[in-house]
Amino acid sequence: MRAVFCSCVRPLFVLALAAGATAQEPSSPPVSEDVQRLEAELAALRQEFAARLGALEAQLAALQAPVAAPAPPPAEAPAPVAPTAPAPAPNYSAPAGSSKVFNPDMAVIGNFLGAAGKNDSPNAPPSLEMSEAEASFQAIVDPYARADFFLTFGPDEVGVEEGFITFPTAPGGLLLKVGKMRDAFGKVNAMHSHVLPWTDRPLVVDNLVGGEDGLADAGVSISRLIQNRFLFLEATGQVYQGNSAIFAAPERKDLAYVGHLRAYRDLAESSNLDFGGSFAYGHNGATDDATTRLWGADLTFRWRPLRRAIYRRFIARTELVWSRREGEADTANAFGWFGAAEYQFARRWFAGARYDRSERADDPSLTDEGGSLLLTWWPSEFSQIRGQFRRTDYADRPTANELLFQFLFSIGAHGAHPF
Amino acid sequence: MLAPLLLLAVNVVATTEDLASIAREVGGDKVKVDALARGYQDPHFVEAKPSFIFIMNKADLLVFVGRELEIGWLPPLVLQSRNPKIQPSAKGSLDASLNAKILEIPTGQITRAMGDVHPQGNPHYWLDPNNGRRIAQAIQAKLAELQPQDAAYFGERYADFDKRLAEGEKRWDAAMAPYKGTKIVTYHRSWPNFCERFGLEVMGYVEPRPGIPPSPSHTLELIAAMKSQGVKVLLVEPYFDLKTPNSIGRETGAEVLTMPPSVGGEKEITDYIKLFDYDVKLLGAALAKAAGN
Repeated sequence: MRAVFCSCVRPLFVLALAAGATAQEPSSPPVSEDVQRLEAELAALRQEFAARLGALEAQLAALQAPVAAPAPPPAEAPAPVAPTAPAPAPNYSAPAGSSKVFNPDMAVIGNFLGAAGKNDSPNAPPSLEMSEAEASFQAIVDPYARADFFLTFGPDEVGVEEGFITFPTAPGGLLLKVGKMRDAFGKVNAMHSHVLPWTDRPLVVDNLVGGEDGLADAGVSISRLIQNRFLFLEATGQVYQGNSAIFAAPERKDLAYVGHLRAYRDLAESSNLDFGGSFAYGHNGATDDATTRLWGADLTFRWRPLRRAIYRRFIARTELVWSRREGEADTANAFGWFGAAEYQFARRWFAGARYDRSERADDPSLTDEGGSLLLTWWPSEFSQIRGQFRRTDYADRPTANELLFQFLFSIGAHGAHPF
Repeated sequence: MLAPLLLLAVNVVATTEDLASIAREVGGDKVKVDALARGYQDPHFVEAKPSFIFIMNKADLLVFVGRELEIGWLPPLVLQSRNPKIQPSAKGSLDASLNAKILEIPTGQITRAMGDVHPQGNPHYWLDPNNGRRIAQAIQAKLAELQPQDAAYFGERYADFDKRLAEGEKRWDAAMAPYKGTKIVTYHRSWPNFCERFGLEVMGYVEPRPGIPPSPSHTLELIAAMKSQGVKVLLVEPYFDLKTPNSIGRETGAEVLTMPPSVGGEKEITDYIKLFDYDVKLLGAALAKAAGN
């Protein structure tokens, strides 16, 4: 661009000089003086030309610049300083020079599972499997909202585990979410696989709440705090399309509904109690108007001494689920629950146990029962290795004794610690 | 008619007791201040308890340390607070680090192989009293913006705090002056601003890398280095296990000091100025003993 510009301008400039010289000839002083004067003029013109060309090039560069690199945002203005204050401090805020600053926080979490031992169940995991890679993208959308995407890549499917926008300050003190979400039914259903304290999901989740995929659907969620003196209370109401692992909507109008009430109370500085009640309703697709209703209760006790928070903690949790599923001919009422505990006994070590018992949603006469022992090691906040011995007494299959193990590893942005 | 106006107080929530103390200094009786993390707690690993959500729901101003110190727990609390006043970049959201002098801002490529590094610099900056002054300025300006009718009051409160802080600085500088250039070892990288201010040199850390627990090989190297360089004081934050520091102390003859980095870290540390009174006295005594040996 610059070379073309110069080669066009130069001949014009030479022509103009020649014309100027011709016009001055009639009243000319002696030739040598003329030549000297012309040389001086030429030198002056050269200088002026170079200056103008420089200015033009600078303008051209300025015009082209925004395409390549946006102007850096203005530095943060220092706070007003009081009269008695010392000299203003230099600004140490982080530099923000490129468009990358608006990229969302990204992270990828790998969940590798292994299993040994015999299990005839169709849900039994294979010997070695890259069970899931979850990519998360999270950022603030605008002054009113933020967005969270969790894409999962499994051995044979890719999907949006969650993808929703949150309006944290909707009118009326409401927290509004719109998108695809894991339903707020109990505690375990809302958890992603990598934050579970086990390598698997409890039997009651497999039998009654849709297993790994669980209740997750496209919909709208609103929740509100109920202010009072005694308890933290949060009520959540959700409306979904009605298609998930449990629900299947025959028609557009057949929406699914979820309600959740969470109560929480600090017992002391280092211990607290968290309890919830949940309800879910939707069509199940068995017939045009067959529905499934789920009721859930959950209770979590946590102990974590503040001075030794990174070395010791204890969590006990239980979740109970009642399912009422209408079929073609009759209605099945099934119940299941689990109870589990984890204890952190060193900075990097956790031990845990779980008891499972659940009837089957479509045939409550079949009851599966199981128990697990777990040991988890955390090399750092960003990876963990877990072993789980699991014994399952199936109602209609031989008892399975399995050794499950898991490698979890995460790269990218530092996410929030699960609570 | 006037009474309710006089009772108007700015509800301030500070993530740590240090920031809460400075907010109380500047805000006086025109503010009501709550702190989330306790001073004896590791501020990186605070739990996002729902009881905090209630406190934040009513806040007019949220003051936080920033530099990703609270990244594991503050963002979900802010999101769930349903409080438009304290959302990111709202008028009532104050990153206390923006005017402070920040050390150890990494340059070049950083990876997690370096441990849990803070890409925006070391977040323990409140441990230089001059940064306390800068935090107080920022809070004063913010309070004046939120409650302009009390701006003069906040200005007076700031001036008074500034004066008492300056008197404190004279005391602390004088007490630490004899030990300029002394080498010490700390557990975590909590003390760069403190050591820079008082002329101490951090020779090494018990953690092989930030946030990574001690390893035997690193501990042996550290013991050897401490012996060869004659390091006689090892600082441990109150929330770390003393087993490794104590064994290092036995091997090297260094004194292991549990030194609180925050207000509330010990019962008698009830405000920001007392934090330095306590720490300087504790460390000064240990350094004097080491120098006498």
